[in-house]
Amino acid sequence: MAKKSAPGPLEYLRRWQMQAWLAAVAIFLYAPLIALMAFSFNDSRRNIVWKGFTLKYYEKAFNNAGLIEAFGNSLTIAAISTVVSVALGAMVALALWRFRFPGKTALNGALALPIVVPEICMGVAMLVFFAKVMPWPQGMVWPLNLGAIIIAHVSFSFPFVAVVVRARMTSFNREMEEAARDLGAGEWRTIKDVILPHMAPSLVAGALLAFTLSLDDFVITFFTAGPDTVTFPVKVYSMVRFSVTPEVNAASTILIVLTVILTAVALKLQGNSAATAGHGGEKS
Amino acid sequence: MEQSWKQAKAVFAGALGPPLFWLVLFFLVPLAIVWAYSFGHNDGLTEIAITGTFKNYARAIEPLYLKIFLKSAWVAAITTGLCLVIGFPVALAITFASEKTKTWLLLLIMLPFWTNLLIRTYALIAVLRTEGYVNMGLEWLWKGGGTVAALLGLQPFGDFQPLELLHNNFAVILGLIYVHLPFMVLPLYSALDRLDKSLLEASLDLGAGHLQTLFKVVVPLALPGIASGVLITFIPALGAYLTPDLLGGPDSQMIANVIERQFKRANDWPFGAAMSFLLMYMTFIAIALQAVLSRKTPEAK
Repeated sequence: MAKKSAPGPLEYLRRWQMQAWLAAVAIFLYAPLIALMAFSFNDSRRNIVWKGFTLKYYEKAFNNAGLIEAFGNSLTIAAISTVVSVALGAMVALALWRFRFPGKTALNGALALPIVVPEICMGVAMLVFFAKVMPWPQGMVWPLNLGAIIIAHVSFSFPFVAVVVRARMTSFNREMEEAARDLGAGEWRTIKDVILPHMAPSLVAGALLAFTLSLDDFVITFFTAGPDTVTFPVKVYSMVRFSVTPEVNAASTILIVLTVILTAVALKLQGNSAATAGHGGEKS
Repeated sequence: MEQSWKQAKAVFAGALGPPLFWLVLFFLVPLAIVWAYSFGHNDGLTEIAITGTFKNYARAIEPLYLKIFLKSAWVAAITTGLCLVIGFPVALAITFASEKTKTWLLLLIMLPFWTNLLIRTYALIAVLRTEGYVNMGLEWLWKGGGTVAALLGLQPFGDFQPLELLHNNFAVILGLIYVHLPFMVLPLYSALDRLDKSLLEASLDLGAGHLQTLFKVVVPLALPGIASGVLITFIPALGAYLTPDLLGGPDSQMIANVIERQFKRANDWPFGAAMSFLLMYMTFIAIALQAVLSRKTPEAK
């Protein structure tokens, strides 16, 4: 192909106006994040002038017990709520896909609610619930004191998992299930050997979504958390309220890098499982 | 075909039971309690008496709070409009990119979306604040310019006045666009991707310019996608808490900030409950409007 040929009518990407626009959007989206990461290595507290490379803010962040604890809390909450959300989401998606039952429309609507209700409304609902109806016992040992936050996170994550799994199940050929039955497989066996393998890519995608949603959440956690249960976003929030510090830059950089790695791993995993478990429709 | 639930009651109950239980107990019940509280009043320090009063709602539509509601809707609308203008060309570019470029461009849009919201907001603070990167850069240019001016024998520039970029409405809208842009680009892309490209070629062949094709062919056909992009951006922007809280000043509060204050500081739960239900009704109205609009479009075609 000749490189100099004029762009074709629909080759919008080869027009300079479009490229300039994309470049501007990319700068808008990435410049703040890259600046933040770069200046976490700058040996100067309040200057954009480069004063030399340093890791001291990382050292400070790692020695900040509160920050580390909050980070550990966040990861634990995300891990547990992901497992529960994937299980609940897959179950409800399976029930909605397979059965015809009275109240199905109502259930569909109720399931969409946690997705559309503004975060602040859900936050206050959780605050009221755990303050008045089901007080979460205070002063419990470590993973248990996170129970209220985990419950709140599952409530807003599992409908997202259900949506992803349902989308995947529409490509399932019901005759496969009938064939399995005919060949003598029991109920559980059919689910385990026929339906679950087809579901697998969407379970990975749903898990990734639930994990990110949980790790990302500030507002609902802010309302649910007791004084002694701090997550990473809540901790960063309280640090940011005072001032911008290189320590927060360092901690944020670690989380950004972690997000990028996690995304890469998930994309790779999802690609593989889609290739092994799909039924010829991987591309769709 | 879907099976009747009666044919496999055990499986049905096993699959539906736990999620339904969770949804009702840990989501619907809490919301119902907030709803009940919105018709009550404070009785002593911690007790709330639910009396069926509409006083809280009446208070919420007093000018002071009505103004905040209108302002929030206005800010969310501006954010959504700007996201549409900024995001549409991006979605168009992704649609017509090659298979491989497409993946990378989508990743480019998605990666900030996966990054923690608080970190993104914090990064914006670092850019915009008085000692932020923008002001530092401008000051550097200013000083450089001053030196050049002095060399040329002109008037010195005087002291650099940092721009007030943070703690105002500009910062809130910028922050909301920054955070919500991917919400707009992704639905737009999925709508544009489904378009029949030969219609565009036909339009161009028949002598329409690119802009004319865009507004007469692409936009009408992609209208349902545009509507869902607008909705998906508008709803979280309307209920945004963190962005106005961290980037805004005293006059840029939005509904969510007022609700938070009622619950955490003012300790007026019934009033906060009424406000949060008003916010929820606004959300539902937006969804209903979108549903009506998207049902109308196929007929209009």
